[in-house]
Amino acid sequence: MLELSARDRRRRVTNVIAIGALCVLGFLAITPLFFIFSYLILRGWGGLSLDFFLEIPKPVGEEGGGMANAISGSLVLLSLTAAFGVPIGMLCGIALSELKNSFTARVLRVAVDLLTSVPSIVIGLFAYAVIVVPMKGYSAWAGGFALSIVTVPIVARSTEEILKLVPRTVHEAGLALGIPRYKVLLRLILPGVRSGILTGVLLAMARVSGETAPLLFTAFSNSFGFRGLSSPTASLPVQIYTYATSHDETWRQLAWTGALVLVFVVFCLNLLTRFLVRKS
Amino acid sequence: MNIKGRIAPGNLGDRTFGFILRFFSWATIALFLGMLVFLAQLSWEAIQTYGPKFWAGTDWNPPMEEFGAAPFIVGTLASSLIAVLIAAPVSVGTAVFLREIAPRQLSSFVAFLVELLAAIPSVVYGLWGVFVLAPVMRDQVQPFLAEWFGPETYFASALGHLATAFIYPFSLIGNLFGVWQISLSELSVKMMAIAHGLFDGPPLGLGLLTSGVVLAIMIIPTVTALSREVLMTVPDSVREGALGLGATRWEMIRIALLRTARAGLVGSVILGLGRAIGETMAVTMVIGNRNVIPNSLFEPAQTMASVIANEYNESDGLHLSSLAFVGLSLFLIALFVNLFARLLVRYLERGRYA
Amino acid sequence: MALDVSPEFNQKTGMGNLDGQNLEVEQKQIALETQKLSAWFGDHHVVKEISLSVEKNDVFALIGPSGCGKSTFIRCLNRLHEEGEGARVSGDVLIQGIGKSGGRENIYRSGVDPVSVRRRIGMVFQKPNPFPGLSIFENVASGLRLAQVVRRSVLEEVVETSLKQAALWDEVKDKLKKPGTSLSGGQQQRLCIARALAVRPQILLMDEPTSALDPISTARIEELVMKLRGEVTVMIVTHNMQQAARISSQTAFFLMGELVEVGPTNRIFTKPKESKTEQYITGRFG
Repeated sequence: MLELSARDRRRRVTNVIAIGALCVLGFLAITPLFFIFSYLILRGWGGLSLDFFLEIPKPVGEEGGGMANAISGSLVLLSLTAAFGVPIGMLCGIALSELKNSFTARVLRVAVDLLTSVPSIVIGLFAYAVIVVPMKGYSAWAGGFALSIVTVPIVARSTEEILKLVPRTVHEAGLALGIPRYKVLLRLILPGVRSGILTGVLLAMARVSGETAPLLFTAFSNSFGFRGLSSPTASLPVQIYTYATSHDETWRQLAWTGALVLVFVVFCLNLLTRFLVRKS
Repeated sequence: MNIKGRIAPGNLGDRTFGFILRFFSWATIALFLGMLVFLAQLSWEAIQTYGPKFWAGTDWNPPMEEFGAAPFIVGTLASSLIAVLIAAPVSVGTAVFLREIAPRQLSSFVAFLVELLAAIPSVVYGLWGVFVLAPVMRDQVQPFLAEWFGPETYFASALGHLATAFIYPFSLIGNLFGVWQISLSELSVKMMAIAHGLFDGPPLGLGLLTSGVVLAIMIIPTVTALSREVLMTVPDSVREGALGLGATRWEMIRIALLRTARAGLVGSVILGLGRAIGETMAVTMVIGNRNVIPNSLFEPAQTMASVIANEYNESDGLHLSSLAFVGLSLFLIALFVNLFARLLVRYLERGRYA
Repeated sequence: MALDVSPEFNQKTGMGNLDGQNLEVEQKQIALETQKLSAWFGDHHVVKEISLSVEKNDVFALIGPSGCGKSTFIRCLNRLHEEGEGARVSGDVLIQGIGKSGGRENIYRSGVDPVSVRRRIGMVFQKPNPFPGLSIFENVASGLRLAQVVRRSVLEEVVETSLKQAALWDEVKDKLKKPGTSLSGGQQQRLCIARALAVRPQILLMDEPTSALDPISTARIEELVMKLRGEVTVMIVTHNMQQAARISSQTAFFLMGELVEVGPTNRIFTKPKESKTEQYITGRFG
C-alpha cells in the first residue's frame, strides 16, 4: 500500500542528508569550546601556583613572578563598575519599564539599544577623552568609567526584561492597597524579582571582567600593584594581552595561566547565574 | 466638573522617584550623544585636515604625518565578511538543530555550551588564535587552500568570471553617469587579478583569513542565540501545517521554518556582523598588523579597531586625532549596521503580527 | 444618552449630597455614590455618565457582557483607572467621610491624593496576584507595613484576623513564611482578599474575583463574600449571573458603557423592567 515512488525515495534521502548536515553543524559550533578549553588547561595549568596570585611580575628574562597586580587591579575596576555602572543600569531598566511609552522611555530605549552596539574600543576612546585628558593621566577612574558604560545597557536591558515578567495586576494590587507607586516598586515588586535582577548583574560582570579594549588607554597598566584610584591600574585581560604579544617565554606562560584563571572566573559566574535561574 | 477629565496628579514620593528615573534616563541618553560629540572633538584636527578623503586615503604613515583609513576599512570589512560567511550557515544550522532535531535535554545542554562559548573573553580567543590556530592555519589550512583555490586554479578563474558578471551591471551604471569609465575587458582583468590573488602568497598564519576564522568562532554563539530566538517565534501551527501536508522533516524546515523566519535570521546574522566589525582584541592579536590594503587573504592586515588598539598609546597630534577619526568612523559603521538589523527585525515582527 | 433610572434609584439619589440631613440616611447609609461618572481610554468612551449609589455594608453586583465597561467602572471607584495610559475620568464619586458628621467626600475633588483614596477602598482582581517573592505573612502585612505600621505584634494580630476573615487562616497558619505564590489559585485569591482586608477598607471592590478559579474555590469565595456582608461594603463585578443572584442584594446591569438598570437583585432577575436586561439574563446575548 505505502510503496515509495522514486521521487519519494529521493526526498527521503535528501531528508536524511540534510538532517545529518544540521547535526554536524550543531556539533561544529561547539567544538571550538573544547579546543580552547583543553589548550587553556594544557598550557595554563602548569603555571598555577600561589605565586601567580601573590607575586607581581618580574622583569623580562627573570623566572617566576605572578599577576597579583592585575588581579587586584581587576577587582578594583570591577568594584568601580559595580558601584556606578550597575545602579545606573538598574535605574535605566526601571525607567524603561515604569515610564513605558513616554517620550523619555522611547528615547532611552533607542539609546540603550545603540549603546550595546558601540564597539568597546570606541568606549575606551570616549573615556580617554572625558577622563584621561582632563585628569592628565591614566587612572582606575577612567577604566571604571569605561567599564560602567559597557555595563549600563546590559543591566538596563536585563532589569527591564525581568520587570516585564511581573504582571501589571501585581503593580495594581499594590496601588489598590493605597501604596504609592514608587513604594510598590521598591518594596513589593523588586524584592520579588531580586534573583532575576542579580542574574543580569552577574552576567554583566562576567562580560565586563573579560573586557580588554576599553581599558587599554584608560586604566592602562602597571607592574607594581594598586596605587590608588587616580593612578594607572593593571587588569587581568590587559595583562594577558601584553604578555601574550611579548617574546618572553615566562610572560607567555603567565598569559596562559591568566587566561585560564579569567575563563574559570567567567564560567563560574555563568554557572552561578544558571543556578539562580533554576532556583527561582 | 471637568469635561475633558482628570489625570492623576501623583504624590510627592512618586514625583521624586519619577524625577530620579528621568534624570538618570536622560543622563544615559546624554552619555550616548556625548560619545559622538567627544569623539568628533578628539578627531577634529583630522576631520579638518582630510575631510571625507580620509576614508579613501590608502597611505597610513605616522612618521610622515600621512593618514588615510582605507586599509583599515578594507581590513575590517574583509575580516568581518569572512567571519559572517563561515558563521552564518553554522549558526543558523545550529539554531535549527537545537529547535528541531536535538531532543530537549541535548538541546538545552548544547545551548548551554554555546552560551559558555559566548562568555569567553575576546583576549582569550586572541591568545588561542595566536598560539594554537595560527600555526594550524600556516601549516595545514593555508597550503591546502592555496593548492585548491589559489592562483591558476579553476576555482579562482570561475570566481573571477562570476564576480565580473555580477559587478558588470553596476559598472555600467557608473559609466552612464560618468563617475568612471571602465570597459568589460578591463573589469574582467581586475576581477581575475583579485580572484587569483585571494589565496596567493606565503602562508604566514597571522593574517586576514585567520582573524576571519577567529571572528567567526566568536560570533557563532551570538548569531546562534539570536537565530534560536527567531525560530522560537515561528508558531508550531506553521510547522505542523507543513508536516500535515506530508512534508519530510527537512522540507518542513526549509519551507515552513526557514522561510517564515527568513528576515529575522538575516537580522541576526547582520547583528553578528555588527559584533565582528567592532571586535578588537582577538583581531588585533591575530591579524598581523600591517597598515596596507591586503591583496591576499593570507596577508597580514589591520582593522579599524586593531589600529587604534595598536597605536593609540604611542600617538599624539595629528596621529592621535586620525586614530580618533578612525574610531568615530567605526562607531558610525557599527551604529548603522545595528540600526539596520534592528529595523529589519522590527519591521518583520510588525508584519507578522499585524 | 438615555439613562434609565428605576424609581428606587431616583429615590436614593434624590437624597442629595447634604450631610446626614435626610432621615433615610439614618436607616440606609450610602457607602458610595457616583455622579455622572465617565471614563475614557484615549478617545474611547468606555463608561458613560453612570450615576448610582451603594448601601453601606451591602453586597452590590455589577453584571453585563464583557466589554460593557463594568470593570473600568469599578476601577474608577478607587482611582486605579487613571493609572493606565491615556486614561481619563470625569464626574464625581462620593464616599462616606471619616469625619464625625459622616459627611461625604468626593474622591475626585482636586487635591485629593489617589493613594489615600485607595487606602479606604480595597480591591481584589480577576487573577490572583500575590506579590512574588513575598511570604504569605508579608503579603497580608504589605499594606500596613508600607503605611508605617511596624509593630510586629500589631502586624501579627492584623494578619491573623484578616486571614481568618478571608477563611484562609486554618490552611496557612503553619506556613506563614512560605511564599504567597506557593498556594493554589483559590488560596491565592483568598490571600489577596485578606491582603485587601488588612488595611480595613470601607469598601471592597472585586473585579471578577472568581473568573480564574475552579468551581470549588469559587464557592468558597462566594461564601466568604456573603460572610463579609455587614462588615464591609462589597462591590463585585461578575459575568456569572448565578453568582450575582446568589450573593448580592443589589444588582446593576451594564451595557455598552451605560447603566441599563439597577435595583434589588431579586427583582432584576425576576421582573426586569428593561427588555435588554431581560434578554441578557435569559441568555439571548452576551
